[in-house]
Amino acid sequence: MDTEKLDEAIQKLDIEPGTGHFYWILFKSTFLISAFTVGGGMVIIPQLKTKFVDEYGWINDKETLDIAAIAQSLPGVMAVNASIMLGHRMAGLAGTLVTTLATVLPPLITMTIIAFFYDLFAHNYYVQMLLKGMQCGATAVIINVAINLVKKLTNKKQLIPILICVGTFIAALFFNVNLMYCVLVDALLGLLLLRDPKYN
Amino acid sequence: MELLIQLYWEFCKIGIFCVGGGYASLPWIQAAVVENYHWLTLTEFVDIFTISQMTPGPIGINAATFTGTKIAGLPGAIVATAGFVTPSFILCLTITYLLRKYGEISGIKGVLNGLRPAVVALICVAGLSFIYLSVWNTESLPENLYDYDITGIIVLILSFWALKKKVSLIPLLFGSGVAGLILGIVLQ
Repeated sequence: MDTEKLDEAIQKLDIEPGTGHFYWILFKSTFLISAFTVGGGMVIIPQLKTKFVDEYGWINDKETLDIAAIAQSLPGVMAVNASIMLGHRMAGLAGTLVTTLATVLPPLITMTIIAFFYDLFAHNYYVQMLLKGMQCGATAVIINVAINLVKKLTNKKQLIPILICVGTFIAALFFNVNLMYCVLVDALLGLLLLRDPKYN
Repeated sequence: MELLIQLYWEFCKIGIFCVGGGYASLPWIQAAVVENYHWLTLTEFVDIFTISQMTPGPIGINAATFTGTKIAGLPGAIVATAGFVTPSFILCLTITYLLRKYGEISGIKGVLNGLRPAVVALICVAGLSFIYLSVWNTESLPENLYDYDITGIIVLILSFWALKKKVSLIPLLFGSGVAGLILGIVLQ
């Protein structure tokens, strides 16, 4: 961790770390990234890079990639994970609270408003037809994602991961096994059988 | 109050188990919110998914907020979202700490390698229930397969065609919505 460089960058911006103004900048920039990132997942990375690496110089490229890699592999939402780690890097626990709040607020506000209008309009015939059409569009999207993931998995031609996938599919679809047990078993199998780097 | 605690805890669990981002959280939310607690119908759930694709913010947070609002108003939205974020909070801070201390943790890679194929399987299962809803307007495979919704089938085929033509996500969803609306008016 290059703390000196960070301090330098913050001073260059004329922002005292720990002051209200510093937290405000941190809040504002994270809030705006969260509010205008449609699509989720990896899309957040170029945004973080533009804001925090190129504009503010608070973190460097390698740190952004590290944050992305860890954020992606941990449970939960990548954008939230990334902002938690970013906040921690910038200003410890207080920074984490600020960035998490800033990331969560935009979708919270938008969805509360949408939920309100949904209840108002969802029973209208035309709105229902519109939503029905969009459901089919979303179905096509998720099936497409599923097909691509399966292709990627089978292209690797590794027996154990394919067996895990088929086994989980059968357990969840035909035997209604609780997803939590499926995943715990698969995590254990991974821990025991898939530690070789060739499976990464 | 009991409902709020239940909401918090359920979304906490979803937050722990959805590994692999965006689409991977779908099966978890569906299992908890639609199948176990019946807080939402499958139709409402797919609608949130659709809306999520067009609005900023990750599907997990959007689903938490929507479900929370629906069953307990604004406090519900806040509690569900907080629940969903709590595990991330703890895990990220712990991992950052462990990585700084030990550099590399070898077991984690294995666990993640085991989870990746599992996530693929679970997304396929979720995708199947989306197909049931689009084609038959039911939550599981219907007994009478001929009881299909012609609008659904046409829009679904159009959407697959649009995906083949590399139409991007938001125009695709808008387009399929408009197609559904036009077919709805024509076939009414």
